[in-house]
Amino acid sequence: MTTTDLLAITPLIILSAASVVLLLVTAFYRNHKVIAVLALMGIALAFASLPMVSSEVSLPFTVTQLIILDGYALLYMGLLFAVSFVVILIAHGYLEKRQGNHEEFYILVLLATLGCAVLVASSHFASLFLGLEILSVSLYVLIAYLYTDERSIEAGLKYLVLAAVSSAFLLFGMALVYAELGTMEFTQMASHANAGNHSMLLLAGMGLMVVGIGFKLAVVPFHLWTPDVYEGAPAPVTAFVATASKGAVVALLMRYFATADSYAHSSLFQVFTVIAIASMFAGNLMALLQNNVKRILAYSSIAHLGYVLVAFIAFRADEMMAVTAVTFYLVAYSVTTLGAFGIITVLSPGDREADAIDDYRGLAWHRPWLAGIFTAVLLSLAGIPLTAGFVGKFYVVAAGVGSALWLLLVLLVVNSTIGLYYYLRIVVAMYRTPEDKAGEAATGLTAAESPTTPASLPLIGGVVLAGLTLLIVWLGVYPATLMRVIKVAVDTLV
Amino acid sequence: MILTWLIVIPLIGGVLAWILARQNSSLPRWICLLALAIDLVLVLGLWVQHSDQVALSGGSDWLVELDAPWIPIHKGTIHFHLGMDGLSLVMIALTVFLGIVSVGASWTEIKERVGFFHFNLMWIVSGIMGVFLALDLVLFYFFWEMMLIPMYFLIGIWGHENRIYAAVKFFIFTQASGLFMLLAIVGLYFIHGGASGTYTFDYTQLLDNSISASTAKWLMLGFLVAFVVKLPAFPVHSWLPDAHTEAPTAGSVILAGLLLKTGAYGLLRFVVPLFPDAARDFAPIAMLFGVIGILYGAILAFAQTDLKRLVAYTSVSHMGFVLLGVFAWNELALQGVVIQMICHGISTGALFILVGALYERIHTRDLNRMGGLWAAVPRMSAVGMVFAMASLGLPGLGNFVGEFLVLMGAYQVNITMTALAAVGLVFATVYSLWIMQRAFHGPIQEDLKLPDLSARDMAMMLALIVAIVWLGLYPQPVLNTTKPALEELQEKTSQRNGLLPNREMDGTKLEKRFMGRWTHRNSVQSVQSSPPEFRTCEFT
Repeated sequence: MTTTDLLAITPLIILSAASVVLLLVTAFYRNHKVIAVLALMGIALAFASLPMVSSEVSLPFTVTQLIILDGYALLYMGLLFAVSFVVILIAHGYLEKRQGNHEEFYILVLLATLGCAVLVASSHFASLFLGLEILSVSLYVLIAYLYTDERSIEAGLKYLVLAAVSSAFLLFGMALVYAELGTMEFTQMASHANAGNHSMLLLAGMGLMVVGIGFKLAVVPFHLWTPDVYEGAPAPVTAFVATASKGAVVALLMRYFATADSYAHSSLFQVFTVIAIASMFAGNLMALLQNNVKRILAYSSIAHLGYVLVAFIAFRADEMMAVTAVTFYLVAYSVTTLGAFGIITVLSPGDREADAIDDYRGLAWHRPWLAGIFTAVLLSLAGIPLTAGFVGKFYVVAAGVGSALWLLLVLLVVNSTIGLYYYLRIVVAMYRTPEDKAGEAATGLTAAESPTTPASLPLIGGVVLAGLTLLIVWLGVYPATLMRVIKVAVDTLV
Repeated sequence: MILTWLIVIPLIGGVLAWILARQNSSLPRWICLLALAIDLVLVLGLWVQHSDQVALSGGSDWLVELDAPWIPIHKGTIHFHLGMDGLSLVMIALTVFLGIVSVGASWTEIKERVGFFHFNLMWIVSGIMGVFLALDLVLFYFFWEMMLIPMYFLIGIWGHENRIYAAVKFFIFTQASGLFMLLAIVGLYFIHGGASGTYTFDYTQLLDNSISASTAKWLMLGFLVAFVVKLPAFPVHSWLPDAHTEAPTAGSVILAGLLLKTGAYGLLRFVVPLFPDAARDFAPIAMLFGVIGILYGAILAFAQTDLKRLVAYTSVSHMGFVLLGVFAWNELALQGVVIQMICHGISTGALFILVGALYERIHTRDLNRMGGLWAAVPRMSAVGMVFAMASLGLPGLGNFVGEFLVLMGAYQVNITMTALAAVGLVFATVYSLWIMQRAFHGPIQEDLKLPDLSARDMAMMLALIVAIVWLGLYPQPVLNTTKPALEELQEKTSQRNGLLPNREMDGTKLEKRFMGRWTHRNSVQSVQSSPPEFRTCEFT
């Protein structure tokens, strides 16, 4: 370990140190606001260290065999830090309304972020697994954080069992790959795999790893936990699961395929094709049947991961195009999803989550701004122009067309259309006049007695949501700036 | 820059209208009128400024153009590329005109959430103008989709009883078909780029593509789907009656007057010029669907008892002529298409306003409950008479010119289909007279004391009547303005045909059987060899 090594992993060190500081402060002085501010400072500091790393260290830089820091890793770390910053911001107001100890929440978010950051920078099975476990273990607790709520506990337990099983699959897969190739470093694998022929053992190992990764990505058929966990977990945690945790795993997947040359296995890509198609259809069709906004978003996230996989499959034809498309899509999706769960968070009263469609009935007329923001978010999820989601989808389609994946693309179009229907259902509910109960089942709630009319919007939540909306529109209208950054960063990977 | 202003001014107007609606509920209306008036001045300024150039020049260049890089994409860049030629100019003028009319039409109808209503209205207008001006395919798609959302809100919030169903149906139909166009656009980008080495979404550069016939067929279908759904053509028209019927008056005016025209414009501007050979192969089928649309729409219109739905089905019928004319693709037919687009926008828009005004007074659209209204509302009935006559194609009113030119152009291509299409005119007479008979004549159903059209309504109607009579009697300015643009489109397609000699060999028989003369040069000759009575009404 040299000084440069330490310098290179400053962001990780800062996050770890911040968690420890938070732990200590919590032990001596419990104060919700102070802890939240400290957590924010920790993340901001880690974020600020990213440009320092890129200027002080000559990238790409490997720290032992485990960690590699390149533009790609830094870009994703930036995204992750930004996401958890927002999650903490919206979580503060959310937790404030609830009973119990709030301080540990922030420590866990910091740790989960650390796990994600390790994932995107890992170049070795060991660091991959470490990162994944740090993330998972923090999430077990975060998901069940509201332990007085049955659904939260149930979700946490479900996640715990399934995540543990998937970790076992992943480990076993790694073991098989190691047995065949004799190395756990991504870069070494390329040469080893190319030298030998592709044996069944290697393929089996890869297959088992796909199960483990597929679980984290919540793609069909490893998606069964998603709706329950999304529904049960506190809204800010769901936001984290949907964005940071999935984004980091996708980033890892791309790095693994780019460096380990695993895309030489065409059979793997057939598997991904099937998974992508199944995810798109299962996600969108199941979402049609839901009446709970969080469940709708859960199923929609399954479908969105299907879209991401379409671009990912384009990887074989043109790496650069696929990776930029996926990265842009993830950024757009993260911003949008944070917005969606942000809305749910700020609307949730102290005793439950505002997750029924009926909670949003007539929102446009008593909360026009909030409804406007939610509309923008939903349209972005549906991929309508002027929003980030559209540009993301456009890049995905471009990547797909560039590699002539016509079947997948036509199915993507069909699915986008199905998706439109359930996004519009929420929009329709929001713009329904309070007295108008035609069509959907009337609940007898009018605007005045609707539970989601809290006295006033939390200031921080409002500002965050406004910022996210501006970002959605900005990325939708002028994505050139972000695209340049992504291109530069991705260049180091492929 | 002026093109950007055309698009941006309504956007700003819409936002201002929304914000200032809290101060005063009539303020948004005035703001929108002001914004559209500025646009009108700009458009008319452009028209006057280029009136000579349009008429004289070969029209190889755009009258006004704007080009700036916008979004970087793999191997290329999406440009913010706007351009205006005679065709766009005329369509923009129609857009602004009908925009003003629809603000007027909702003056008394819309009383709730006035600000948000006008915000949506203005954004639709702006999106439509973007569609007519965009020369970059992705930018085109961008505007194409941008106008959907406000339209969705317009129908979904201010519509009639079944509005949510209609709004969702409209949105899903158009969005799904639009996505296929997006696929085709991106496909064109990569295939053209792969073949020529220049990756571009630029319309003018893509015109010179040399895509193989089998690929071109699929790409053309991608574009075609989006446009015929919007048009709408026969098998995919089913969103239209619902959307038109449920929309508020201004929404119906915009839908019928402008949104449908974007489909026709897309066919003219993109489908045929980009894929001339594929389009020629497809032309017989397209024309057949056009004819089916004409007849089917007319028959269904006759069967309706809901007056608004009736008018909606006449749109299907009238748009059939557009489809027929576009795929006949000779000078006469194309001129007819342009006139038909404008006149249908005006006449159907006016009919929708009348239906809306009637609904405001008697609170029903059911024809069975109308009758004898002439005595109660003479001015409204007289205006209704004018536009019913326009709709049936009475000579002297604009629609006649459009339909007649289309039929004349199509006659050179396929006599059977033209004859069938002409039967549609008879049906049009039936349903138009049916409207007059059921609504305004006959025994009085209830003893009604109704207010007639107000001075503002009459002023609006007068403007529409003047426009339709002007186009009926002297359509020459419009024809002159669009002529260079249309010639340019034909020139492009005929050049491209010339580049493919082997296709022309087997194409000749096909052309003789279905298409007649594809290039405008030939069509000019054929006009000269037409019987003399045709030459007397030659508008070219």
